[in-house]
Amino acid sequence: MNLTPASPLAANPASPALSPGAQVLAACRAEGRAALVGYLPVGFPSVEVSIEAMVAMVRAGADIIEVGIPYSDPLMDGPLIQRATEAALEGGSRVDDVFTAVRAIADAGAAAYVMTYWNLVLKRGVARFAADLAAAGGSGLITPDLIPDEAGEWLAASDAHGLDRVFLVAPSSTPERLTVATGACRGFVYAASTMGVTGTRETVGSAAQDVVRRTREVTDVPVCVGLGVSTRAQAADVAGFADGVIVGSALVRALGEGGIPAMEALTRELAAGVREGRP
Amino acid sequence: MTTPHGRFGDFGGRYVPEALIPALEQLDEVRRKAAVDPEFIGELDRLHRTYTGRPSIITEVPRFAEHCGGARVILKREDLNHTGSHKINNVLGQALLAKRMGKSRVIAETGAGQHGVATATAAALLGLDCVVYMGAVDTKRQALNVARMRLLGAEVVAVTNGSQTLKDAVNEALRDWVANVDSTHYVLGTVTGPHPFPEMVRDFHRIIGVEARAQVLDLVGRLPDAVLACVGGGSNAMGIFHRFLFDDSVRLIGFEAGGDGIESGRHAARFSGGTRGVLHGAATYVLQDDDGQTIESHSVSAGLDYPSVGPEHAHLFETGRAEYRPITDDEAMEAFRLLCRTEGIIPAIESSHALAGAMKVGRELGPDALLLVSLSGRGDKDVHTAARWFGLLDDAEGMP
Repeated sequence: MNLTPASPLAANPASPALSPGAQVLAACRAEGRAALVGYLPVGFPSVEVSIEAMVAMVRAGADIIEVGIPYSDPLMDGPLIQRATEAALEGGSRVDDVFTAVRAIADAGAAAYVMTYWNLVLKRGVARFAADLAAAGGSGLITPDLIPDEAGEWLAASDAHGLDRVFLVAPSSTPERLTVATGACRGFVYAASTMGVTGTRETVGSAAQDVVRRTREVTDVPVCVGLGVSTRAQAADVAGFADGVIVGSALVRALGEGGIPAMEALTRELAAGVREGRP
Repeated sequence: MTTPHGRFGDFGGRYVPEALIPALEQLDEVRRKAAVDPEFIGELDRLHRTYTGRPSIITEVPRFAEHCGGARVILKREDLNHTGSHKINNVLGQALLAKRMGKSRVIAETGAGQHGVATATAAALLGLDCVVYMGAVDTKRQALNVARMRLLGAEVVAVTNGSQTLKDAVNEALRDWVANVDSTHYVLGTVTGPHPFPEMVRDFHRIIGVEARAQVLDLVGRLPDAVLACVGGGSNAMGIFHRFLFDDSVRLIGFEAGGDGIESGRHAARFSGGTRGVLHGAATYVLQDDDGQTIESHSVSAGLDYPSVGPEHAHLFETGRAEYRPITDDEAMEAFRLLCRTEGIIPAIESSHALAGAMKVGRELGPDALLLVSLSGRGDKDVHTAARWFGLLDDAEGMP
């Protein structure tokens, strides 16, 4: 993919070159569809199988892979992902493994963002983490417990290594907070569809559409929606108003219950869903 | 001591999901206004006088002091507060703030159960719904407090993930808060978490040191040489330390849970075995491995069994204004036994770490020294643990 200087992303002076992830989102925008972002944690059910699953997810139609690092205190995750990441840690999954996964995804031709709780980055050293992620071909970091106000070191490191930084916005975000959060985002903005933690939900409520609308009022950065999406119909619904649809728990459950074939089948369904969102 | 962003030197801050930031900003605004509002101050003062039982007394303990190198030892009796510990100071303040914010539901985490009991009590008093999260390991070792909370009308949720102790109860409370923040206030029980909790909780406990300093001056005519307190999250310690921060002659000494000993790796001594990190919303000292994964802490005392510590303590540690030392389970239980036998006071096992500290510091400083010790809680809840520890009952007398 080539750079698209006309893209609003390219206007960001800190981002002379678009990350692989930003290029994917721009291409999806040009196609008039939302991107499918699929989450899996490294190390579940084992490091090898998780990486194989991520590559399979690319084959099955995911545009971007969100690679989770298991953490001992995942306060934004619901029971399903908690159980998977606890199992991954018990199985010996280490932070180093995430870079192997990112490299495999990049080699498979997809964009990889790493989703991590902040202490794991701090412990490695922010600059070292950024260098390792860039070297592995990663696009950036999604940081559920880091707000831009606390992110000075990461803002500098991500600029130095050309990485995207994805902060979250939520239905509770005030206009002031939306401006702060999106002002620091590069790549995309992660909009939480609901007030709560990860997990599948029967419906993705109107709060999601509202937070996307309010986010778009303050930024041109693509907005991807996460939390609660598990089915093709929900993916299509969210794809109608967002730049990307993020699916986590449902894919983790499919992988846990039916292995890679089940996870691939769900990915194909979701990939079809994001293409049905806009008539 | 803090910057506008809630920093104590390098420590503190807000490492939480963006979804919680509006609630934290609202809380910060409301508590700042309340702190200078005569109506709020008057209401909290009235509750402390007529409900908590403040001011709590001080008690000189000469027979116990014989085991402290002959130093004079004075206890600040937070154990005599309603609900049996210092925790009520903070909880009443936060429950009043919850009402001011129009929130009808409070949630809390608890380790030993003292904070959960205090929160359930305040909720009953002020007509708030209450849910308390408690690690499943702790609901077993502190079963009496589970029953107390339920008697008071609270729902107690046993947390079965992770290490099933206090840190996991905090995770679960934070998850609840993210999902229900419109209706719910999180009554965080110690001086950690995202800003403004460390500062606000400290301010609600500051009364401990304010009273004790005046009481000691009145009784002895001089300031103590050292102020001693146990440190789990560190709320009773910050509460008694804070009024003495600028009394340069007064040493401030915190005692962490040394568990089976630092060398065993089974402890909760963040300043002996921990490093800089982030946990539960604050930059502070954390027990963690090379990857930054939290290491599970160990202590005979559920209330000190926590892998992180309040960020202001981290600041006091790094600046050298306060010292922090580990006390093993054995040392704490010996001090527990001694205070029972010499003074007729059954202390909480948490507070017994500070008593064990007094035995060491008194011997170091000698008979001229004057020690002020925070007796943060009473040991009724620990009778079961102590009976088992000392083998006081046999099977026929009802021990499982």
